[in-house]
Amino acid sequence: MPLFDSLYNFARWLTHDREEAEDLVQETYSKALKGFQSFQQGTNFRAWMYRILRNTFLTSRTGLKSGITISLDSEEGESVAPVTPETPESLFFERSNQQMVQEAIEELPLMYREIVLLCDVEEMSYQEIAETLSIPIGTVMSRLARARNALRTGLSKKLQGVKNGL
Amino acid sequence: MACDSWRNRIAAYGDSELSSSEMRAVGDHLRTCASCTSDLLARVQLKRAVKSAGKRYSPSLALRQSVQKGLPSRSNVAWIWNWQTKLAATAAVALFVFGSIYGWSSFERKRTFAELADLHVATMASSTPVDVISTDRHTVKPWFQGKIPFTFNLPELGNTPFTLEGGRLSYLDQAPGAQLIFKIGNHRISVFIFQNRQVRPFTLNDSRSRRLTFNVETWTADDLRYFVIGDADANDIHKLSDLLRLAAGS
Repeated sequence: MPLFDSLYNFARWLTHDREEAEDLVQETYSKALKGFQSFQQGTNFRAWMYRILRNTFLTSRTGLKSGITISLDSEEGESVAPVTPETPESLFFERSNQQMVQEAIEELPLMYREIVLLCDVEEMSYQEIAETLSIPIGTVMSRLARARNALRTGLSKKLQGVKNGL
Repeated sequence: MACDSWRNRIAAYGDSELSSSEMRAVGDHLRTCASCTSDLLARVQLKRAVKSAGKRYSPSLALRQSVQKGLPSRSNVAWIWNWQTKLAATAAVALFVFGSIYGWSSFERKRTFAELADLHVATMASSTPVDVISTDRHTVKPWFQGKIPFTFNLPELGNTPFTLEGGRLSYLDQAPGAQLIFKIGNHRISVFIFQNRQVRPFTLNDSRSRRLTFNVETWTADDLRYFVIGDADANDIHKLSDLLRLAAGS
């Protein structure tokens, strides 16, 4: 089954729950089968499947509770902050502390978590992400920059916590 | 700050989202700007860490079977076909299967090449690109003993334009391997060697291609998968590959 493993992985990151993720994946395939006629030939099948999964999640009880919100400030045109030489990531990754990176991803707000996962884990292009999330490419770039900044901030705090605990 | 205008493009460069001319422009800037190179390195490291940490969950067999049950099986479809319909349908299915297999293998190949390009860029941007610094193959090769679960041969470079600069440990698909750095002119080339069964399968046994403006050549020998990647000329990449193939066969 195409995309099965990666859809499940994405569903788990969205729901934080095994059973909910399983229901979400089943419903996604069910909806995709029923609505296959609505899939436009020549468009991106992967983005279509992820869009179904995400929309199904957003209308679920957990999805509604997570309350994905868009900032009132424009997301367009945000400049990308430089990364300082001694970055939290350089220190973390040298230590290969995968668990802390996972915790930092988990703690991201949903709208940041999903875009980072789609770009870096699912390796979607900006265009595919734009199709999946139904947002313009400019918004993809600025939201991704914000998400990565938030991830760096989270990692910095964790690093500080480790330092203080030592 | 002078480099502010480059930041957005460096982020997109790290995501391989620039056109080839923009890639070249950013590449030229990176060669002259330590600050932006450091910035790119941090971004590549973050991207790699998220990729590795993000592949966290696997579906159960029960879920897979349950979803598969929901998909329509051929036995449930009772169609009355004439022979033209059958022929057309068979051709369409064959085309779809071929397209899917080709599309998937092409996607996997691109993913591996992108990952190797990331590793190569990160190495070039690092202040300590190699763990063992030596031009002597008899020093570099033994350094890997006990660090990787296989051994390999390195070519004699005496009468060639190539120089060995050293080596370091590398990982692909969570499998350890060797990364060797060679120099030709002002270009550096990375040679990655992994156990073939540890890395995701390739449909081509021997391929040369150009990805993200890097030239890449790959092949298998003695259950090892070799990748040669760099911004050097394609002919130089091929010459070095031939030397490695010769050494592996000797």
